Amino acid sequence: MKTALTVLRKDLLLELRTLETLPAMALFAITTFVIFHFGLNQPTIDGQLAASVLTVTLLFAGILGVNRLFVAEREQGGFDAFLLAPVDRSAMLLAKAGALFLFLAVLEVIAVPAFGLLLLGPPLGPPLPSLIVVLALADLGIAVIGTLVSALAVQTRARDVIGPVIGLPLLIPALIATARAIGPLLGARGPAPLPGKWLLILALYDLVFALVAYAVFDFLLED
Amino acid sequence: MLDTPAIELRGVARYFGERIALRDITLAVPAGATLAVLGRNGAGKSTLLRVLATLLRQHAGEVSLLGEPLPRRAFAVRGRLGLLAHEPLLYRDLSGRENLRYHARLYGVRPERVEELLRDVRMERRADEPVRLLSRGMVQRVAVCRAVLHDPEILLLDEARANLDPGASELVEPLVGRPAGRTRVITSHDPQAALAEADLALGLRDGRPTFSLPADEVTPDHVRDLYA
Repeated sequence: MKTALTVLRKDLLLELRTLETLPAMALFAITTFVIFHFGLNQPTIDGQLAASVLTVTLLFAGILGVNRLFVAEREQGGFDAFLLAPVDRSAMLLAKAGALFLFLAVLEVIAVPAFGLLLLGPPLGPPLPSLIVVLALADLGIAVIGTLVSALAVQTRARDVIGPVIGLPLLIPALIATARAIGPLLGARGPAPLPGKWLLILALYDLVFALVAYAVFDFLLED
Repeated sequence: MLDTPAIELRGVARYFGERIALRDITLAVPAGATLAVLGRNGAGKSTLLRVLATLLRQHAGEVSLLGEPLPRRAFAVRGRLGLLAHEPLLYRDLSGRENLRYHARLYGVRPERVEELLRDVRMERRADEPVRLLSRGMVQRVAVCRAVLHDPEILLLDEARANLDPGASELVEPLVGRPAGRTRVITSHDPQAALAEADLALGLRDGRPTFSLPADEVTPDHVRDLYA
């Protein structure tokens, strides 16, 4: 855990210095909301449509973060330096997934209010606590799968393509569960209770992929 | 010098697809000794260093470092190796001090060691500037600090003095030179300089050994043939 925190702190410091990932993610999300605002030709949206727009936008913005996750490690020798150190290699998985989770959380702090302003019909306040729970579970899934896929993609020449090509299909179940869990929260007549079934599916999906990632991550870093 | 081999290779081979990067490499380096690996560009010198650094697995043969077989027991020797490669293995947007502190935490080294090393290579005044703003020589000095931060028993040096002026070379000598008393594997494009600080020499051509001799038995003809 100490090693994971060391790598995570370094990653956050690098992002603070370079601002290469988060601004791009936020700009992408807000631009997408603006496009939806005009493209749907509706003053506001709610329910399942709103949930889908929010989920898909956050997912695609998240993919930008996934693609950038290991760039510094590959381009500046961070992988070799880490692999030379006498540390548990799973620490890299924890740190990178933690960094991506935090990037997604910051993205949502910016993007969700923007979504409320630009597109959402019902007020954002009442469903917000439940929305945070669903988005936290969704972020966990994207962070774990994104880290796994990014570690795989960064070893290839077509890394910018490989990330989305492998990552998006793997994320479809999480995407469906997230959108279906958020839909009732954004109803025109106020938020319905959290749909437990979809939350459970999302949580199970996160757990399974966290275990898979833990099991295979060492092999991805091996020569 | 002790008799126990710190590094042993027997029939080591490594391929990249169809291309032979290393083949039939057999040698033993006693603890505290220096092995100079010579050869033209692409001869396999850097690949050999990466195998010894546990970053590449050999495809055939046996590698043993400090009595531990690789790659099975690689985890047992990682903290006892230092690698100074072509790339400095430093984050360009972090300062030299931040990079070294990061590595110190990975290796469980006390932070004071970072300051000692920065003083040793006279980089303490520029240590808070991002690495991308430093000259190549300064980056190399910080990279030397990174390689020896954890006081490794084996030091793998790929062109260690590249980009260093004579003054800077002198500064890093106590850290990476013979006086440090470490077991070293060095590569250099200056064969005479490499042989002068080596006990053993390995000549590589297209990944295969052309000679493996005590350094003082390597003749100008050996060197000429190697680079011809």
